[in-house]
Amino acid sequence: MAAIDQSKIRNFCIVAHIDHGKSTLADRIIEKTGLLTSREMQAQVLDNMELERERGITIKAQTVRIVYNAKDGNEYIFNLIDTPGHVDFNYEVSRSLAACDGAILVVDAAQGIEAQTLANVYLALDHDLDVFPVINKIDLPSAEPERVKNEIEDVIGIEAQDAPLISAKNGIGIEEVLEAIVEKIPAPQGDPDNPLQALIFDSVYDSYKGVIVFCRIMEGRVSKGTAIKMMATGATAEVVEVGYFGAGQFIPCEELSAGMVGYLTASIKNVKDTAVGDTVTDVNRPCSEPLPGYKKVNSMVYCGMYPADGAKYPDLRDALEKLQLNDASLNYEPETSIALGFGFRCGFLGLLHLEIIQERLEREYNLDLVTTAPGVIYRVHKTDGEMIELTNPSNLPDPAQIAYMEEPVVSAEIMVTTEFIGSIMQLCQERRGRYISTEYIEASRALLKYELPLNEIIYDFFDALKSRSRGYASFDYELKGYEESKLVKLDILINHDEVDALSFIVHADSAYERGRKMCEKLKDEIPRHLFEIPIQAAVGGKIIARETVKAMRKDVLAKCYGGDITRKKKLLEKQKEGKKRMRQVGNVEIPQSAFMSVLKLDDR
Amino acid sequence: MKELSIYIHIPFCIRKCLYCDFLSFPAEIGNYVNLLCREISSSAPEYQQYQVVSVFLGGGTPSVLPAMDISLIMETIRDNYRISQDIEVTMEMNPGTVDEDKLRQYITAGMNRISIGLQSADDEELLRIGRIHDYQTFLRTYELARRVGFHNINIDIMSALPGQSVVSYERTLRAVTSLEPEHISAYSLILEEGTPLYERQYEYSFPTEEEDREMYSLTKDFLSSCGYHRYEISNYAREGYECCHNKVYWQRGDYVGFGLGASSMVRNVRWKNPEDLTLYEAYVYRQEDMCVPDRQILTEKEQMEEYMFLGLRMMCGVNRQGFARTFGRQIEEAYGEIPDRLCRQGLLAQDKNNMMLTELGIDVSNYVFAQFLFD
Repeated sequence: MAAIDQSKIRNFCIVAHIDHGKSTLADRIIEKTGLLTSREMQAQVLDNMELERERGITIKAQTVRIVYNAKDGNEYIFNLIDTPGHVDFNYEVSRSLAACDGAILVVDAAQGIEAQTLANVYLALDHDLDVFPVINKIDLPSAEPERVKNEIEDVIGIEAQDAPLISAKNGIGIEEVLEAIVEKIPAPQGDPDNPLQALIFDSVYDSYKGVIVFCRIMEGRVSKGTAIKMMATGATAEVVEVGYFGAGQFIPCEELSAGMVGYLTASIKNVKDTAVGDTVTDVNRPCSEPLPGYKKVNSMVYCGMYPADGAKYPDLRDALEKLQLNDASLNYEPETSIALGFGFRCGFLGLLHLEIIQERLEREYNLDLVTTAPGVIYRVHKTDGEMIELTNPSNLPDPAQIAYMEEPVVSAEIMVTTEFIGSIMQLCQERRGRYISTEYIEASRALLKYELPLNEIIYDFFDALKSRSRGYASFDYELKGYEESKLVKLDILINHDEVDALSFIVHADSAYERGRKMCEKLKDEIPRHLFEIPIQAAVGGKIIARETVKAMRKDVLAKCYGGDITRKKKLLEKQKEGKKRMRQVGNVEIPQSAFMSVLKLDDR
Repeated sequence: MKELSIYIHIPFCIRKCLYCDFLSFPAEIGNYVNLLCREISSSAPEYQQYQVVSVFLGGGTPSVLPAMDISLIMETIRDNYRISQDIEVTMEMNPGTVDEDKLRQYITAGMNRISIGLQSADDEELLRIGRIHDYQTFLRTYELARRVGFHNINIDIMSALPGQSVVSYERTLRAVTSLEPEHISAYSLILEEGTPLYERQYEYSFPTEEEDREMYSLTKDFLSSCGYHRYEISNYAREGYECCHNKVYWQRGDYVGFGLGASSMVRNVRWKNPEDLTLYEAYVYRQEDMCVPDRQILTEKEQMEEYMFLGLRMMCGVNRQGFARTFGRQIEEAYGEIPDRLCRQGLLAQDKNNMMLTELGIDVSNYVFAQFLFD
C-alpha cells in the first residue's frame, strides 16, 4: 500500500445517548462505503457480542477503517472508533475520544438532548474534538428536527442549523454525513519523524497473537521489529505485527505512522501490561513524555461470586482468568464464605459491568453462580490511625476499633422533563442525595445536579429513575470523592446463626428499613424445615427486625396410582436434588436464590 | 407358585374432574376393549409361572364401559391366566354411572370389591371440583351395590377441597362412616400442575394450613373411633379388609398393567405402556419397530430405595429381615446413619423387626422418603 497522505485521514467517533442510534449509524457508514455488503454486515459486524446486541449497548470499543471516495474526487481513510456507551466505562470512553480528532454527535429527533448526550459531548469538547451534530430518526412521526437543532445550539453551543437530517435505520441522509466527515473533521496532526508516541485506547487478547493493542499514533512510526515500551506499566516488547482494522478482522500492514489508527501485537501475554490510556514509545528513541490523561482504572463495585456447585470452583477460577485477559478492569481474589464456601471477591467498574461479567460467566462458561449483594469500597479509619479499604462487609473490624468510616460519593446529573422534577427530587432525597442545583435547559426540561452516595445508586437507582419519570429521565455520574458517613454493618441471622454472605454495609438511618425488607424477602425464600426458623436482622448485635419461617407440617405424596411408581420417585428425586442446590448454614438449608434476592429489595 | 397382580386401565370418563391429572378423556371407547383383551391374552405366555391374586380395574371410570365389556375383559383374564382361589377383583366406579343391572353383571363377571369415588358429601364442594354427581346419586349407587351383593366396598373421600371447612369435612366423615363401608381412602387434595384447578387456584378459597391439619387429624381420630384402622398413609379398613392389590404396590410384588399408559413391575423391571392410543395399538400388535416401551431394569440401589419409600407408606413399616433377605445386608449397612438420624428427629420409629414412620414422620413423609434415595 502506498504511503497514506495524512491530510486524507479522518479519525472520529460517534457520541450519543443510549438508543439514539449510534451503532446503527456506524453500521450504515460501514455499509455505505462498500466495505461490506448488507448480508456480510449481518454476519460480521453486527454479530460481535451477543450481549451487546441484546442490551442494545456497546460494551467493547470497536474500530474500523473505511475507504471513502468523496465528492471532491479524493479517496479518504476513515477510522471510526465506536466507543462504549455507558457511564461504567467513562474512562474507556475518554481514551477512545483522545484517539480521535473529531466526533459526530447523534441526537434523536424526537427525544432531543439527554444527560448522557451532554456528558459525552462535554467529554468530547474537553478533548478538543471538533463536534458536528446529526439529527437521527427524522422519519419518526414525533420527530421535531427544528426544535432539536435549537436545543443543540442553546444547550451545547455548537452550530446545528446545517446538521444532516438522517434516518440511520432507513439509510436516509448517510451520504451527507460522509461528506460532513470529510469537511468538518480535521485531518490528524503529528510528525512521522518524531519519536514514537502512541495512545493505547483498547486491547483484546488473542490466544495466538497475545494481546492485540489498539492504538492511535500521535507522533512517529512503528513497524515490525520496533522495540516498544508502555510508559506507565513499564512493560517492554518487540513488535511482531502492525495493521489496521478491517470489518471484523485485523489486516496487517507495513507500518503505522503519525495520524494513523491501528493495532500492534508483540507477544504480550497480559492485558494488564497494556493499560488503556498508556503511551507506547520506542525503547531506542523514546519520546520525552507520555501522553496526558492516563489513570489507573479502579473497581468501584465489589461482590462475591461463588459457584452454585462447589465442585466448580476451579472452573470459575479459569473462567475469570480468561475474562480478565480481555478485561483489565475486572479484579478478583479468592475468598471464603462460611455460607457459600470457596469463591471470589470481584471488583467491577459498575453494576452494568458486573452484570455483563456475570452473564458471560453463565453463558460462555456455563457456570451457575451465586452472587452476593454488590457493595462499594468503604474507607474504614481505625482508632489506631490505620485506614482499610473495605470491599467485603465481613471484614469490617470490631466497631470499637473504628474511628469513623467514609463512603464514595458521586456527582450526578439527571436530565428530566419538568413535570417529573418533583418525583425525581424525592427519589434523590430518599437516596441520601445532596441537592446542588437545577438548570433549565429549555422551558420543559431541566438538569438536576445532586451528590449521591455511590452505594445508593449501584442497585436499582437507574430503574427507579426510569419508572418515576415514565422513562424520560436520563442520568450520568462521576466519582467525586469520599465523605464521612454514619455507616453500620447489617447482619442477618438465620436460626440464630450469622450468615456472612448476607451481611452488608448500610447507612444507619436506612438500617431498620433494609433489615425489615431483608427478613421479609428471606422468609419467602427459605423453605420450611421440620422446625421453626427465626430470621433476624441485627446491627452491632442488636436485633432490629425479625420474621419466622414456620415449621413444615405437611409434606405428603399424592396417590400412588395404578402402580406408577416412577413418577412419584421423580418427585422425591426433585425434592432431593433441590436440597443439593441449597447451602447449609447451621442446620438450615438456604436456597441459592435467597442470596440473590437481597439484590431486589426495592421492588415496588 | 409366584403371585401376580393385574391392573387394567380404562382411560374413559364422562367428564374429567378439575383436579385430575391421571390419564383419562371423555368416552370414545371404539375398539379399546378389543385391544385391551388382545394385550391381555397375548401377554399371558410370559406369566405361565404365576397365579393371579388380584385384579384392579381403574381409570378413568371403568364403569362407563358397558357391562358386556367388563365381562369380556374378565373372561379373557380367566381364559389365559391361572387364577387364585381367593382372588380380589376390584373395580372403580363413579356414582351415577351404574344401574342395578350393570352391578349384577359385574358380580357375574367376578367382581368382589368396588371402589366408589365420592370425595365429599357436600354437593357444593362436589360441584366446585367438577364431579359429575351429587351426594344423593352416590347414596343410590352405594345402596344399590349393597343390595345386589357387594360385601367389600371402598369409598374415596378428599380433604383440603376448595371451599371445604372442618365442619363440612366432619359431616362427610360422619355420612361415610354411617354407611359402614369396609374400606375408606382419605386423600388430601394435591394441586397438580396442568389441571384446571391448579390453573384457577387463585379463584378459589382453599382451607388454611391450620384447617388442613385439623381435617387431617380428624380423619385419623374419627375413622379409628369408628373401627377403621389405618394401614397405609391414606388408607383405612375394617379388620380383614385391607386392599390386597394396593399392598402389592407397596410391598413390591409383581404386577402387570394392561391398557393405555398402564405401569408394570415384574421381577424388578418397570415399564409403562404408551399413553397415545395409536402407539398403544402398535404396541399391542407387536409392531415393535413403532413402539417399544422403555424397560427400566432396577439396579439393586433402586430396588432398595423403592423398598424403603414404598414400604414406609404402610403403617407396619418395612421389615428388617425382609430387607436383609432381599438384599443380603442390613438396612443400616445400606443407609448408614440415616435411619438413626430420622429416629432422633422423631420421624421414624423402630423395633427389633420393623422400621416405621411416626405420626410426625407421616406428616412429612416426602422428606423422610427422600432421605432414602441414594446420591
